[in-house]
Parts: sequence; C-alpha cells; structure tokens
Amino acid sequence: MSASRYGAEPSRVTRTVILSIVGAVFLIPLLALLQFSLRIGQPDASGVQTFGTQHYLDIFNPAFESTYDPLFTGLGNSLVICAITVLIVLVLLLPTMILVELKFPRYRRILEFVCIIPITIPAVVLVVGFIPIYSVVAQVFGSTPWTLAFAIGVIVLPYAYRPIAANLAGVDVVTLSEAARSLGASWTDVITRVIVPNLRRGILSSVFITIAVVLGEYTIASFLSQNTFQTALALIQQTDPYVAAIFALFALLVAFALLVLIGRLGSVGRKRRSS
Amino acid sequence: MTVAVSAAPATTARGAGKPSRRRSLVWLGLTPFALYVVLFLAIPAVLAVGSGFFDSTGAFTFANLKAFADPNIQSDFFSSFWVSALTAIIGAILGAIICFALLGTKPDGFLRTIVDSASSVLAQFGGLMLAFAFIATIGTQGLITVWLSQTFGLTANVFNNFNNGGPLLYQIPGLVIPYLYFQVPLMVLTFMPAMEGLKATWGEANATLGGTRVTYWTRIAMPILAPAFFGSVILLFANSFSSYATAAALIDQGGIVPLDIKQQLTSETVVGVSNVAGVLALGMVVIMILLMTAYSALQRRASRWQR
Repeated sequence: MSASRYGAEPSRVTRTVILSIVGAVFLIPLLALLQFSLRIGQPDASGVQTFGTQHYLDIFNPAFESTYDPLFTGLGNSLVICAITVLIVLVLLLPTMILVELKFPRYRRILEFVCIIPITIPAVVLVVGFIPIYSVVAQVFGSTPWTLAFAIGVIVLPYAYRPIAANLAGVDVVTLSEAARSLGASWTDVITRVIVPNLRRGILSSVFITIAVVLGEYTIASFLSQNTFQTALALIQQTDPYVAAIFALFALLVAFALLVLIGRLGSVGRKRRSS
Repeated sequence: MTVAVSAAPATTARGAGKPSRRRSLVWLGLTPFALYVVLFLAIPAVLAVGSGFFDSTGAFTFANLKAFADPNIQSDFFSSFWVSALTAIIGAILGAIICFALLGTKPDGFLRTIVDSASSVLAQFGGLMLAFAFIATIGTQGLITVWLSQTFGLTANVFNNFNNGGPLLYQIPGLVIPYLYFQVPLMVLTFMPAMEGLKATWGEANATLGGTRVTYWTRIAMPILAPAFFGSVILLFANSFSSYATAAALIDQGGIVPLDIKQQLTSETVVGVSNVAGVLALGMVVIMILLMTAYSALQRRASRWQR
C-alpha cells in the first residue's frame, strides 16, 4: 500500500504513532484521577504514598453518610432533571420538528436557527437572564431543583436537535405519511407507528446526548444555587477531593459508555439499511 | 460548553402543504414549543443583554457601558482573548493532525466510535471533571508535580510555582492546559467531516500530473481545507471564550470574563456602575455574534467541497 500512496491517507505507521501519542497524553489526566482516588493519606517522610480502596469503601460506610448525602441528593436531583429534560425534548422539540417537516417545511431554517442560538449565547450569559426568570418560576413552583430542567432544556436544544434533524433528512416523512394516510391510518397512527419508528435512531441519540449534557451541566445549577450532581461534586471537592475524584471518573466513564452506545446504534442502523 | 455546528441538513422544498381549513389547528401545534423558546430562551437572552442598560433605580442609561473603560475589566477581556486564541490555535493544529491520522479508517469502525465518543465526552461533558483530573495531574499534589520533584529533585518546578504566583493550574495561564483537553476533541469532531471530504480522485489526478505528496498537500488539500480549518479555529475560540465550569473550579477570583460575571452577580462593587454582569454579558454576546457570523461564512465556503 505504501508504494502506491498518492492521496491524503497516512501510512499505517504514521497513524499508529500519532494515535498512540495522543491516546497516551489524553489518558494521563484520567489515570492521575484514578491514582489520586486510590491514595490513602499524605506521603510519609521519605515520600512513599500508600494506596488502597479506602475512599471507595467510605462511600458506602454509614459513618460518613452525612458527608456524602449532598452528593447522592444532587445525583438524584440531576436524574429527575434528566427525566424532565428528556420529556421536553420528546414532547416539545420532537413533535415540533415533525410538524415543521410535514406541514411547514419553509420554517425548517427558522427552527434550525432557533435551536442553535444557545451555542451563540453562552450559558454564562443566559444565566444572567435566568436569574430574574427564576425568581418568577420559584413563586409558581417553589425553588426546587427540577425547575432547572426548563433552563437546561434550552442549553440542550442544539445537541438534541442535530441527531433528529439528520435522521429526518434521510427519511421521506412526507411520502411515508401520505402513504399511511391513503391506506386509512389516522394521524395518531401515522405519528406513532410510521414516523417515530423511522426516527428511532435519531431520537435515541438525542435522548442519550441530552442525558450526558444534563449530567455534566454545572454553570446554570451553580448560578441558580441548586444542588445537582455537578454542583455537589464542586462542593465535596472542597472537603473530600478523593470522593469527588471517584465520582468524576465514574461520571466520565458512564458518559463515554452512553456515547459509545450511540455510535454503535448508529452503525448498526447504517449496516442494516445498506444490506 | 458548546457543540460543533456542522453544515445545515439538506433542505429540499418538498411537501409544501396546501392551505386547508385545518391550517389554524396545525398552527396551534407549533405554539407550545414557540412559547417555551420565548419564555426560556428569548426573554432570558434579552434580559441578560438588556440589563446592562438600566441603572440601579431601573431607569434606562448608557452610563453602565463605562464599565468597559475599567482597566480590570479590559485586562480580563484581554485574558479571555489570549487564552481563547492560544487554545484555539494549538487545539486546531493538534486536532487537525489527529483527523489526518484517522483518514482511511472506517467511519463506523471500532476505532472511530471510540475516538468520537471520547471526543464528545471531553468536548461537551468534561468541564468540572476535567478540572479535577488536572488537580490530580499537575496540582500541588498532582501525579506529574510529585513525580518531577521526587524523581528529578525539582521541588520548585513549573507546576507548583509558576511566575512566583503559586501553582500554575490556579492561574490564568494554567487554564491553557485543561482547556486544550476539550479544544482538541472539539476540533476532531468539527474538522473530521471536512477532512473526509478530500476525494481520492484528487490524489490520483495529482499523481497523474506528476505531483508528489508534498504538492498534493500544499497545492490541493490545504487550500481546500483552509476555510474549514479557520472556521473550526473560530468555533474553538468561541468555545473557550464562553466556557465557565473548568475555570470556576480552578480559580476563585475573576480573571476571565465568565468568572467576572459570577463575581459581579455575587458582589457588585469593584467598577462603580450598576448591572456590570449585564454589561459583561452584552460584551460577550457581541463578540460571540461576530465570531459566529464569521464561522457561518467560512462554513458556507467549506461546504462547497463536502458534497
């Protein structure tokens, strides 16, 4: 192969060398995080550090329950926010996207523009506006963590929009729905039994990305002083950095696993279609 | 955290619905989402940017814009600029090299799935946790800091005392290192589609005309990739400019604009005019709009070659 190369592709050796170096450099901080979470106490006089799983066991030790309680509460709050944000994507964004595709294709551009605005307006800017909004929201619903889902739903829009939009572009929903209608299906049937099954892959991807973004969201929760997974992590980092390290590592791995799952889902779908 | 905006999905003018008497009912279907976007995107955005134009009594004023003349705020905008520019340029170059290394691998193969997923995690999800990872790596007790002082006897190395201001990681220049760990992955995500747009036939044409691999890169690939590359640089700049979590976990005081906004919201003192957070928000939005306009212009140019 190397003799007849004239395109852009690197040789196998070049690729291996570059990717190994990059892989190693990117693994260092994560390994350091792991090593840090396994440290027990400070190094002794001669600089020898002892290691063990003590901090991992501490998490389940009833004696430390009050220390780690905010972390589990925060994680619980984040999961509730996740559920509501996913609901916002499925109940508000998805039907709107399908409706625009079917009935208002002229507005597709506008919808896309709206959905990517949150990239142009940084979260740290939006929160300045969320603070007065949330003083109203707090009067209506009380100052509870789940209300953050409304704000985070906006941050999630660009991430949630793209997989569904990409899926929609590849499926001719207009023809499909017309075919279904002419065969006597009701609109409910068209949506639930024809369109949604065809968008399954895009919907799943956007739900997973939504979950990952919500679990990683820090800015809004921190400015609006709510206890979520990330703000609890930031708080516990001050008192018990080891446990913060364990949870950070765990969260990164879970997010990674979710995204690998999206990737595999995508490729399985593509293979099925091409065969 | 921001995400890559790739080229707009294919827009064809098919299925333009005929007007019908159920039209108004269908219109109604768009209202819930419209209402949500107005309440939680449009109003907050207007409030954030508009609040800079009101004084403490609620009267309209341009006086708050004097905050931009404050030397501290100017220097923090400058810091935000150079951190963003530096991490965008280094991130873009390193990311482009990784994209190059990934050329020729199967797009839905195992390797690419791993690289894409790891990139998404670091680019979109990392934030606070990246800060923790770097405290454990180059913080005062970090793996590399301790290793340098124990193995090489460098008890005062660059990581635990930079510029005589304490640990590097807790100063503005120290942000460059953790920032690169989300900038490089973002570059991989945004630049890969452009790299994959390089057609094998162009390489063959180059070879037929007697070109070498060097002429292929300098005369064909680089000019074609240039708009996409600079577009990505802008996106990376915007990403770094607007990111908050990593810096907030490492630095308690201000120093870059997002941290100043937090500081101004918790204690309005330093500058002497009211609603400085709103003024800073306005400044950030103006810069972001300029960046995104430039980005979409370059993206349009780049997409010519991605069909």
